[in-house]
This record gives sequence, structure tokens and C-alpha cells, in this order.
Amino acid sequence: MVPESHYVALSAVLFVIGVVGVLIRRNPLVIFMAIELMLNAANLALVAFGQRHGTAQGQALVFFVMCVAAAEVAVGLAIIVSIFRMRRRLSVDELSLMRW
Amino acid sequence: MGSVIAFWILAALVVGSAVGLVVRRNPIHGALFLVVNLGGVAALYLMMHAEFLAAAQVIVYAGAIAVLFVFAIMVLIPGREETGPDPLRAQRWLAVPLGGFLALEIALVLRSTVFTTPRRPATVAGGVEAVGRLLFTDYLFPFEVTSFLLLAALIGVMALTKRKA
Repeated sequence: MVPESHYVALSAVLFVIGVVGVLIRRNPLVIFMAIELMLNAANLALVAFGQRHGTAQGQALVFFVMCVAAAEVAVGLAIIVSIFRMRRRLSVDELSLMRW
Repeated sequence: MGSVIAFWILAALVVGSAVGLVVRRNPIHGALFLVVNLGGVAALYLMMHAEFLAAAQVIVYAGAIAVLFVFAIMVLIPGREETGPDPLRAQRWLAVPLGGFLALEIALVLRSTVFTTPRRPATVAGGVEAVGRLLFTDYLFPFEVTSFLLLAALIGVMALTKRKA
């Protein structure tokens, strides 16, 4: 039986990899995938915490996170596609329209 | 013993695919690495006896979301981005030590709180039945709100991507 702390440590490692991915990549699609990575790491930690406390509450919470992630991916990809249609380039460094 | 070996194999797979997603230049390779990563996490859910979540993970993430990503990459014709000069090169190199710093911080927090609290024995079975009972009793209102959220996302995506005739 693997202790829950192992799962929490693994999820921390995954989260950090996702953060570094968001920071070093320029393609918005890859940044988006790294955000998915971080959401997944948080889900893994939630399930491990729920298991540690002997309830299914963590799993219920992960269910809601999955729903929000699905909606977020659909809307985010639609925004990226419409940005690409407008500018024909795909790099987050050029999207400074809303920055003062 | 067997579950420990399985855990380490899965951990190596998940971490390796995550690193591959971040490092590879081609976004389609990133999407395939993402599928491997999500599948590995689903297997970890199974090892924690969260069967419902493992199934939902495979269907929602590795199925729907990964397909969405691949479609978006195909529509956007990748390969040319991230090739030109990088205006923020110095800041990007800063990202790796900052990531290490974040990892250290998380490790310190985990050491001081999570790993020291006593483990409570499992009183409720974490199977499909327990999750379903929770979703339809304590979490009934958020569950219904979720349907509204998905509907809003559906309509929003159609409004965003519709071409002007």
C-alpha cells in the first residue's frame, strides 16, 4: 500500500512542471496544456487528501474541477482560434493589446 | 509490494510525459504527451480506489479534451511559432530557478503540515456509490449549477467561433 504522502509529493512535482511550462513557452496552445497539467496535479492531491481523511469528499470536488476544466478548455481554445484568425500569428508575446 | 512498484513506474511515466510536454517544440507532440500524462493519472486514481474518477478522467480528459487540443492544433497549422527571436529570453531563463524555488516552498509547506497530521482510518468506502451519494445529497446544488456552466460554455464557444456570413 503506497502512503498518500507519495501521491501528494508527485502532484507537487507535476504542478511545478506545469508552472515552468507556462513560464517558458510562447505558444498559447502549449501554455494551455501546461495549465491542464496543473489542474490535474491539483486533482491528484485532492483525491489523496480525501483518501487520507477517509471520505469521498475529495473525489466529489475533483468531479466539479473536471467539469470546470472541460468548459474552460472549450472556451479557451475558441478564444485562441479566433485570435489566430484575426492576427495570423500565434505567440503570447505579441498579444499585448490589453496591457497598458 | 506490487503496488509500490506500480506506483513508481506510473510516477516516472507521468513526470516524464509532463517534462516532454514542456520541452518539445512541436505542439502535436505536446498533445500526445498530455494524453500519456492524463492516462497515467487515471491509473493513479485507480490505485487510490477512485474508480469513478479514473473512468471520468479517461472519458473527459484523455477523450474529449485531448481531441479538442489536437483539432485546435490542426486548425492552427503549427510549426512556425516559437522560431523567431525571443524578446524575453532573459526572463525565460529565470523561470527554471523560480520553478525550483516554488518546488522548495511547496516541499516545506507539505513537510510542516500535511505529512505530520495523523492519518485517519477510512470510515467510508471511496467507491462509486459514496461519490454518487455525495453528489446527489450534499453537493446537489453545485451539481445542478455545473449543468448551467456547461451550457454557457457551449453557447459561448459557438458565439466566439462563428464566422460572419
